[in-house]
Amino acid sequence: MLDVKTYNSPIKVTWCPGCGDYGILNAVKSALAQLEIHPHEVMFFSGIGCGSKLPDYMNANAFTTIHGRSLPIAMGTKLANHDLHVICITGDGDGYGIGGNHFISILRRNPDIVHIAENNMVYGLTKGQYAPTSEHGFVASTTPEGSIEIAFNPLATAINGGATFVARGFSGDPKHLAKLIMAAVQHRGYALVDVLQPCVIYNKINTYDYYRERVYKLEETAGYDPADRDAAWRKAHEWGEKIPIGILYQAAGVPTYEEQVSELRVGPVAKRQLAPLTGAQADALRRQFF
Amino acid sequence: MGGPTRARDTKAGTRAFIGGEQRGEGINDMTIRLAGEAGQGVESGGAGFASALSHGGLWLHTHTDYMSRIRGGLNFFQMRVSDRPLWAHTEGVHILLAFSPEAVTDYGPHLVEGGALLYDDSLKVDQAAVTRRKVQLYAVPLTKIAQEIGGEKIMANTCGLGALAGIIEYPFEFVADVIKKNFARKGDAVVGGNLKVAEAGYKVGRDQYAAKFDWKVSPLKDRPDRMQINGNQAIAVGAIAAGCRFMSGYPMTPASSILEFMAGHAKKYDIVVKQTEDEIAAICFAIGAGNAGARAMTATSGGGFSLMVEALGLAGMAEVPVVIVEAQRPGPSTGMPTKTEQGDLLFALFASQGEFPRIVLAPGTQEDCFHTTVRAFNLAEKWQCPVIVMTDFYLTTMTRLIPPAEFPIDRVTIDRGELLTAQQLDRLAEPYLRYKDTPSGISPRAMPGHAKAVHQTCSDEHDEYGHFEDEDRANRLKMAGKRWRKFQHIVDDLRGPTIYGPEGAGLTLMGWGSSYGAMREAVDILNARGTKTNLLHFVDIWPFPEAQAAPLIEAARQLVAVEGNQSGQFAHLVRAVTGRRADRMVLRWDGRPLSPEYIIEQLEEAKVHA
Repeated sequence: MLDVKTYNSPIKVTWCPGCGDYGILNAVKSALAQLEIHPHEVMFFSGIGCGSKLPDYMNANAFTTIHGRSLPIAMGTKLANHDLHVICITGDGDGYGIGGNHFISILRRNPDIVHIAENNMVYGLTKGQYAPTSEHGFVASTTPEGSIEIAFNPLATAINGGATFVARGFSGDPKHLAKLIMAAVQHRGYALVDVLQPCVIYNKINTYDYYRERVYKLEETAGYDPADRDAAWRKAHEWGEKIPIGILYQAAGVPTYEEQVSELRVGPVAKRQLAPLTGAQADALRRQFF
Repeated sequence: MGGPTRARDTKAGTRAFIGGEQRGEGINDMTIRLAGEAGQGVESGGAGFASALSHGGLWLHTHTDYMSRIRGGLNFFQMRVSDRPLWAHTEGVHILLAFSPEAVTDYGPHLVEGGALLYDDSLKVDQAAVTRRKVQLYAVPLTKIAQEIGGEKIMANTCGLGALAGIIEYPFEFVADVIKKNFARKGDAVVGGNLKVAEAGYKVGRDQYAAKFDWKVSPLKDRPDRMQINGNQAIAVGAIAAGCRFMSGYPMTPASSILEFMAGHAKKYDIVVKQTEDEIAAICFAIGAGNAGARAMTATSGGGFSLMVEALGLAGMAEVPVVIVEAQRPGPSTGMPTKTEQGDLLFALFASQGEFPRIVLAPGTQEDCFHTTVRAFNLAEKWQCPVIVMTDFYLTTMTRLIPPAEFPIDRVTIDRGELLTAQQLDRLAEPYLRYKDTPSGISPRAMPGHAKAVHQTCSDEHDEYGHFEDEDRANRLKMAGKRWRKFQHIVDDLRGPTIYGPEGAGLTLMGWGSSYGAMREAVDILNARGTKTNLLHFVDIWPFPEAQAAPLIEAARQLVAVEGNQSGQFAHLVRAVTGRRADRMVLRWDGRPLSPEYIIEQLEEAKVHA
C-alpha cells in the first residue's frame, strides 16, 4: 500500500467546512493508495462545479475541463493512451444535466473509465439553484414554488443504458466509499459511482442526518446478487425510507470499448513514433485516385 | 465605390467565355453535365464518363450540385474537359444529358448557343426552355435501345453515355474500358450487355448528331496517371501523411466524407477514428486525444463548429493541439445544406469568449488542402493551440486531375514542436511545469503518464504547474501574457499571399480559400483581353501575415475583393489590419460557387477597368 500523502497537493482546499466533497477526496486517495496506483499512472478529468475542483487537490495527472464535458475528453484520452487509469469526477448538474448526452453515450460504450458523480442534488458553486437530481418540490432560488420536475435517476438510467458497473456511495462513510471506488477501478469497463454528498449550505433536505437514518449496505443484505440486473433495477428505484448503497450492479466479461478498437491492439496510439509514410505506402494511397 | 454588388445569376449560356466563345474551334475544351433525380445514376454515370476522359490523357474539373435528400429532387454532375490543366468550372454547358424533365427545365437555360440537349425520347420535356436559344435537341430512344439490345431498361444510362461519346466523337474504347472495370464485379453477362448497349448508343450519337455538334474531345498522346481528387479527400490524405492518429467527428454535410475516408483507412494507417454523439463530443474526444499525445483532428461544418466553440476556447486556454476542419455551407442556422458559401470566416477567427492564440488556414485547391493539413498538424503541436482549416462545399466536392507529384505523401515534414521525450523527462532535474513561462510563450509539453511529469491541464486560469489560480492579478498577467506571446510569434511561421499574374497590374483580385481557381482563370481571360490583372490569394489568414501581405495590398492599384459571402468578410479583415479598403467587391452568396464568368461579369457591370 502506498502512503496516502503521495496524492497530497500543495493547493489549499476551498470547499465549505463540512462539505461532503471532503469525504470523497479522502476516499479517492485511500482507494488509489490501497491499489498502489502511482500519481503518474492515473489521470483525473473533471468539469465545472465545487466537486470538479477535486483533481486540483490531488497530486496526479489531471485535466480540469469545461462544464459537462469531462466524459468525452476522458474518452479521447483513453483511446489515445489506454495505459492510463482514467477517473472522471463530475457533479450531478455537470454529469447528468449539461453532460447528459455524453452520460447516456458512455453507458453504451463501456470504456475502462471510472465515473465518480458527486450528487448533492443542488447547484452549489452557482449558489443554490435546483439540479437534475433535486427532488420534486425542491425549493431553490430558481424554483421558488418548488421544482415541478421529477428527479433524474442516474442509477436506473445507467443500468438501463448498458453500464457494466453501477454503485452508490455516501460521502459520510468514506471507508465504504473507498472500497466502492477500488472495485470501480478494478472493474474492466465503465464504472459509475454515484455519491450521496450533502451540501451543507444549499441543501437543507438531503443532509448527513437524512442519509445516516436511511442508508443501508447492499453487501450486508442477505441474498443480494449484483449480477442480477432485475434486482439491481429494483434497488435503483428504492428511495425514501431506505436508501441502498454499495454495488447495485456488475456485469462480468463484457469487452471494453478500447478492447474492440482494432488499432489499439498493438498499444496506445499516443505512444507510436511518428514518421512519414514509406514510398510504397504513399504510392498505394495515391493510386486510389488514379 | 466599394459597396457590395448584388449576387445574381450569371448570363451563362448566352455568353460563355471559355469554350463557347470560340465556336467552331471547340476541340478539347467543353463542359458536359449529367442531370436527373437522386438515385438515377447521375453521380456514378458522371464519374464513369470522367474516368473515360481522364484515361485519354485529358485534364478535368468536376463538380456536383445536389439536393439535401436521398432520392428524387434534381442533381447534376458536371465535368469540364480540356487539353490543359483546369482550375475552375465554367458556367456554360455544351451538352446536357438529362434524365428527368426537371433537368431540362432547370438546366436547359445553362446550355450555350449551339449546345445540345441529349435525352431519352420518352421523356416529356419543356422544349421551349431550350429551343428559343438555338440549342439542339437530341432525343434518342435510350430506354428502347437498352431494352432491345441489353434486355434491361436500367442500361439506359449506359446508352446515354455511349451516345454522348459518339456525339463528341471520343473513341469508344475508353468508354468500353470503364464499363469493363466498373461492372466487372457484376459478372460477364452484365459487362457484355452494357458494352453492347453503349456501342449502340455510340453509333446513334456519332452517325446522327456528331456532324451537327461543334465541340469534340479527342485523347492526347501523353496519358500519364493523374489523381482525380476532391478537397475532402486531399485533407484526409494530408492528415494520414502528417501522422494523424486520432479523428472524431459527427456527420454534417459537407464535412462527413473526411470522417468516412479516415474511418475506411483507419486500420491500414493506424488511426483511431470514431463517430461521436454530437459535435461537442467530437471536439472533446479530439482534445482529450491531442492532450494525451496523439495527433488529433475533427471535421464539421458551420453548425457543428458553433457547437464546438466552448471547447475551442478550452484548447486555447489549456494549450492543447487540435486540428479542426470547418467545411462551410451557407448559413445562418441550417442554411443551405448542399450549397456553398464562404460565410464563416470572421466567426472562425473570433469564435469563443476571451482571447487566445489560434491559427486559421484556408486552402484554395486540392494541393493546398494536402499541404495545409500537414502544416496544420505541425503548427498545432508547435504552438500548442487549435488550428482551423476552412474549406467549403465547393472545394470539398470539386475534383481536378492533378499530377501525383503534387502530393509528396512520403516526403512531408513532421514537426512535433517542443514535445519532451521519455528520455528527456527521465533526465529532468527540476519539477516539471506544464505551463512554464518562456520567452517564446511555448511551454515544453509532456504526455501524461511519465513519473517525472505528473501535471495538470487546466481550463481555469492557472499557474505554471497547471493548478487553479483564478484570482491572482500578477499570475493572470503572466499567463495571459505567455499565451499572447505565442500569438505574436506564430505569424513568423505563416505565409503571405500567392501572387498570380503580371506585376504592376492595373487590377488586383484579392481572395481566400476556394476562390483561387475562379480568380486564376478570370485573371487569364482578362489578361488575354488586354486588361492587365493579377491576384492575391490567401491561405494563411490568422494571425494575419501582415509583413508579407501589407506591401502587396498597398501596391494594388485597384483592389477587388472576391469572396463567396454577402459582406466581404476578408476585405473587412484586411481593412482592419492594413487600413486599405477594397475599391470594389465581387461577392456571391446565392449558394453557387464563384466562377471566372461570374467575376468578369460583375467587374464589367461595375465598369471596373484597369
